Amino acid sequence: MKFSDFVATDAIRSHVDAGTKEGVIREMTQSLVNAGSIAAADYESIVKAIMKREDLGSTGIGRGVAVPHTKHPSVSRLVGTVAVSHSGVDFESLDGEPVQLFFLLVSPPDRPGDHLRALENISRQLRDETFCRQLKSAKGPVDIQHLLEEADSHGVAS
Amino acid sequence: MGSQEDMVSREVVVGMPQGLHARPADQLAREARKWQSRIELLNDTQRVDGKSILEVLTLAAEAGTRLIVEATGPDAHEALEAIGVLFDRNFNEQENTEGR
Repeated sequence: MKFSDFVATDAIRSHVDAGTKEGVIREMTQSLVNAGSIAAADYESIVKAIMKREDLGSTGIGRGVAVPHTKHPSVSRLVGTVAVSHSGVDFESLDGEPVQLFFLLVSPPDRPGDHLRALENISRQLRDETFCRQLKSAKGPVDIQHLLEEADSHGVAS
Repeated sequence: MGSQEDMVSREVVVGMPQGLHARPADQLAREARKWQSRIELLNDTQRVDGKSILEVLTLAAEAGTRLIVEATGPDAHEALEAIGVLFDRNFNEQENTEGR
């Protein structure tokens, strides 16, 4: 699976304002609403579901990366977006590092395989430290979009 | 240190319907980090560091996938036992509590 298969380009944020976990999740979910990927009526329910998932254990997976996510019956395909926080946000990650890079995913309840493959793609690409660093220093959403496209074209689907 | 480096391994099966997703990967890495030994997971094509969630997630191990867990170091036996128990208990994921 590639980034272009699930990242809503119009919802990419290069500068999140929020300084808390919930704040970032709200900003990113709102971006998905604005981009037309999810319905405004589902906003609150999706935010709550993502927060509930965070309560079970942080999705901060290390190296300044978090993948907040949930299943939600309102989506018929996996949708997601990317955001960068320049100051970093405390996400209770395993390695204790503040998170600067966020990949938020909302998937249909009956597609666990797609969700796993999106996580696989994200984690595989982020093993490349240069890619991580470039994403974190992106000046605008278009830069992020280009970095994701470049990663997609290099990455051999596994 | 001069202590003997033991290497032990066993096969595990991913029993969770959702596969080895973020939460079990987190539990696995947290458990693996408690031990001195190097903990690695192997599938047909990859060998990854069990102490890194990022690495574990690159396995994209769906339900039913067979993996080899390998522990190398002074506490390899205990570490392997502890990791094995996580898989044997399906990471305590009896019901689908993720998401909504």
